[in-house]
Amino acid sequence: MSTKTGRIVGVNGNMVTAEFDLAVHQNEVAYVVVEDLRLIAEVIRVRGRYADLQVFEDTAGLKVGGRVEFADEMLSVELGPGLLTQVYDGLQNPLPAIAEQCGFFLPKGLQLVALPRETEWDFTPKAAKGDVVRAGDTLGTVPEGIFDHWIMVPFGMQGSYRVTKIAPAGVYRVEDEIAVLEDDRGLHSITMMQKWPVKRPIRAYVERLRPTEQLVTKMRILDTLVPVAKGGTYCIPGPFGAGKTVLQQLTSRHADADVVIIAACGERAGEVVETLREFPVLIDPRTGRSLMERTVIICNTSSMPVAAREASVYTAVTIAEYYRQMGLNVLLLADSTSRWAQALREMSGRLEEIPGEEAFPAYLESVIAAFYERAGIVVLNNGTVGSVTIGGTVSPAGGDFEEPVTQSTLKVVGAFHGLSRARSDARRYPAIDPLDSWSKYPSIVPGDQLDRAKRILRDGHEVQEMMKVVEEAGTSMDDFLIYLKAEYLDAVYLQQDAYDEVDGSTSAERQKHVFNIMNTILDSELEFAEKDAARRFFQSLTQVTRDWNRVSMETEEFRLMEGRIHDMLAEVTKNA
Amino acid sequence: MRKVYHEITQIAGNIITVEATDVGYGELADVTSDNGTSLAQVIRLEGDRVTLQVFSGTRGIPTNAEVRFLGERLRTSCSEALLGRVFTGSGIPRDKGPVLDDNMIEIGGPAVNPAKRIIPRNMIRTGIPMIDVFNSLVESQKLPIFSVAGEPYNEVLARIALNAEVDIIILGGMGLKYDDYLYFRDTLEAEGALSRSILYVHTASDPVVECLLVPDTCLAVAEKFALDGKRVLVLLTDMTNFADALKEVAITMEQIPSNRGYPGDLYSQLASRYEKAVDFDGAGSVTVLAVTTMPGDDVTHPIPDNTGYITEGQFYLRNGRIEPFGSLSRLKQQVNADTREDHRTIMNTMIQLYAAYKEALEKQSMGFRMSAWDLKLIKYGTIFEDRMMNLAVNIPLERALDLGWEILAECFAPEETGVPTRLIEQFWPTTVATADGSGGDGGDSEERAA
Repeated sequence: MSTKTGRIVGVNGNMVTAEFDLAVHQNEVAYVVVEDLRLIAEVIRVRGRYADLQVFEDTAGLKVGGRVEFADEMLSVELGPGLLTQVYDGLQNPLPAIAEQCGFFLPKGLQLVALPRETEWDFTPKAAKGDVVRAGDTLGTVPEGIFDHWIMVPFGMQGSYRVTKIAPAGVYRVEDEIAVLEDDRGLHSITMMQKWPVKRPIRAYVERLRPTEQLVTKMRILDTLVPVAKGGTYCIPGPFGAGKTVLQQLTSRHADADVVIIAACGERAGEVVETLREFPVLIDPRTGRSLMERTVIICNTSSMPVAAREASVYTAVTIAEYYRQMGLNVLLLADSTSRWAQALREMSGRLEEIPGEEAFPAYLESVIAAFYERAGIVVLNNGTVGSVTIGGTVSPAGGDFEEPVTQSTLKVVGAFHGLSRARSDARRYPAIDPLDSWSKYPSIVPGDQLDRAKRILRDGHEVQEMMKVVEEAGTSMDDFLIYLKAEYLDAVYLQQDAYDEVDGSTSAERQKHVFNIMNTILDSELEFAEKDAARRFFQSLTQVTRDWNRVSMETEEFRLMEGRIHDMLAEVTKNA
Repeated sequence: MRKVYHEITQIAGNIITVEATDVGYGELADVTSDNGTSLAQVIRLEGDRVTLQVFSGTRGIPTNAEVRFLGERLRTSCSEALLGRVFTGSGIPRDKGPVLDDNMIEIGGPAVNPAKRIIPRNMIRTGIPMIDVFNSLVESQKLPIFSVAGEPYNEVLARIALNAEVDIIILGGMGLKYDDYLYFRDTLEAEGALSRSILYVHTASDPVVECLLVPDTCLAVAEKFALDGKRVLVLLTDMTNFADALKEVAITMEQIPSNRGYPGDLYSQLASRYEKAVDFDGAGSVTVLAVTTMPGDDVTHPIPDNTGYITEGQFYLRNGRIEPFGSLSRLKQQVNADTREDHRTIMNTMIQLYAAYKEALEKQSMGFRMSAWDLKLIKYGTIFEDRMMNLAVNIPLERALDLGWEILAECFAPEETGVPTRLIEQFWPTTVATADGSGGDGGDSEERAA
């Protein structure tokens, strides 16, 4: 037990002020004792002999004079085999294990181990006695679900070490010693598990690369129009009911990532329950195994303690970085970063800091930037490449993108997927606004084709606005056709039926193929006697194309329908 | 044993400060003066300074009032004996029944472990077509009615409560007008539902801070009954008063406000209440239906805005009707596939046509030329509003779906609706004259004019 102790001198919501005697350090973990419970807390400010702690649990019952124990370590998570398929709270307590032990409710003051201690793993050594290794080097592997989980030299170990002992192939538990390393300070025993402070990025790699390779999500509007790159960052702001969470859920299912970390931060419990109950029975088409096998869920829903929300996004990103260190492509989905920002605001208010805009703390921007900067694609010690991609939703107050969290996020992300109320009201899903949204990453389709499509979307929108004033009759046939083409592209390509098995996920190959045909259609000079005929043509073309979207690409029917679209087009194309 | 303190060092708003030791955060105290005794709760500890919010307000409290700490947190009695009774927010009887103090349970207890929740799967029938057909209410859902003062939101709540097939109804009134309180009580009594209801009522004339207790008490009792396997419906009206009370306390505590004076933790405060809605794995459920009156009819106001981010959809009640646009039940797709096979088709078709009607109406008001199709839409929209949206309509879901087909058949030819042929063959009414020409149209407008 720690010898560093303190006494409570004040309680204000989830902030406790404690008087201490021996040195404490910023962000140190402390335990606040109430009756027979120890509530976990973190030092967030030190003034004189007083430390302000944010308590990650309900503070009811705390008394002035109560005991505080300082743990002499920063808030950390356990890293090792057994993380995949787990459902944790923001502080890495496994929720199913809590349910088993405590029933329906989340009790106070309970800390369980994150990694199962009794599970046996089949260890294969990769390093040999006498090898010289440094932090992040692989000592051996164990199979975890679909991957080889690398057992690495702990990331916090400075300098280089000589392997003096390595365990032979065999079955071990996470706390068993699998290697002994030596340097001039002495011998170091290594197990399959290591701890890492969540607020510090893992830097055991050689170099960072620029993200250029697409992370295919199988959603056409994303991959084609506003793409995401492996190791990149993106944000999804949108008013309530526009479909942020549904979009995240779809991405978590279909994205071309090896590991998906879902951080449900301060949102509805019901939505997490859907993932919890459905993922184990959904099959990942890439591996043929259950989706849960590539997933870790960090779940700190809105009714769970507020301060732990802040911890939850860091816990999630640390686990993401850990799997990146194994040369995997990891996707972290955080829903919603606004709730995390609100937790910062609550704490800042209790600390009586001078508030910034809308009472958010002045350091909001740098905290958000530091979080997104933990994404990246890196070259590891052994030359393999791994990546962490971060996608965060933002829930702007009143649906207004001018608010501080959205604005701070936009400055640091590589892609902006803005959801629009107008599109979701019109049931155009995904409700990403194709005109406002942007991405700095390369698309899966050729640039010239994309530019043309974007131009038509923009021009079509202008024509539509104009028609509201001058009526259809006042619009020229050429303008009217641009409008119809834009609407067509929107209806059959940008919109996607998430509930259809085929249309719900479109492979990159199919997107390229179809987008090429879209371009032919957008490029064609069409001839119609009157506007009604033009509208009727595009209505039926839309109908046929949507049916085509629902047909699997491998079938004969796919080719037949494609032919039919070409035939329909040929009938109305101007003869040169 | 319990120490008594006689020296209040500060009184501001509904907040008092005393110097005391060995007091727990969140602990209760009795504040007694010549005016009577009021319950208070510790909301800040700073050395020896203990700050309390006084639930019945500080009016008339002298600096030498007696403050006695009770050494316990907020609790309320919970047993079958509550059924049919009316209480204040702090559990004191409003009716002539006895005070209950057995089976005390903690208020504002811990959150439910997400691993012990299940995906909701049972529809709650309300008899209101705009809900049952278009935005089905689902057991364990949390759903607010967004409305403005003057709309019949309390009547809608009462209607839903009476129609819903639940075991227990708990009404939480916050800042309720006395008339409305009597309306709820008398309606429940007249329909024979009072015996399965519990009312916690804070009226507009009661001290503001007391209304903070209402949702927590209601939800704690509801949770207890749900754990015993009961299906509980909690009605909360009006959550705007609750949020305003939070604002008042926060301002008195000199907290930095975030948006229009509301505290930065408004989202968390509302969420910790709404998230009590739950379907337990292996026990009962809590469904929460709340009223949020939107100040200035502005949905971006912090109260409805934060609420919308928390709840699973919302009903807009405007001009005495539940609006089909904007209203949303996020859980409806969990249940509306298994009701009747035409349910989703009727739901989508009628709303799409109603949206087209709104466009036609706009064209008409701008003086644009109306096509034959526009006229059909206008006829349809009028009938739809009259027979479906009208809140006086109280029919089961199946009858409402039939009514939907009848309205469609009265206004359109089958192929104009975009309904799949299979369903047309099965459901399109044959008895009603199909609207293939002017005959049907003319007949109908006369009927309406009459």
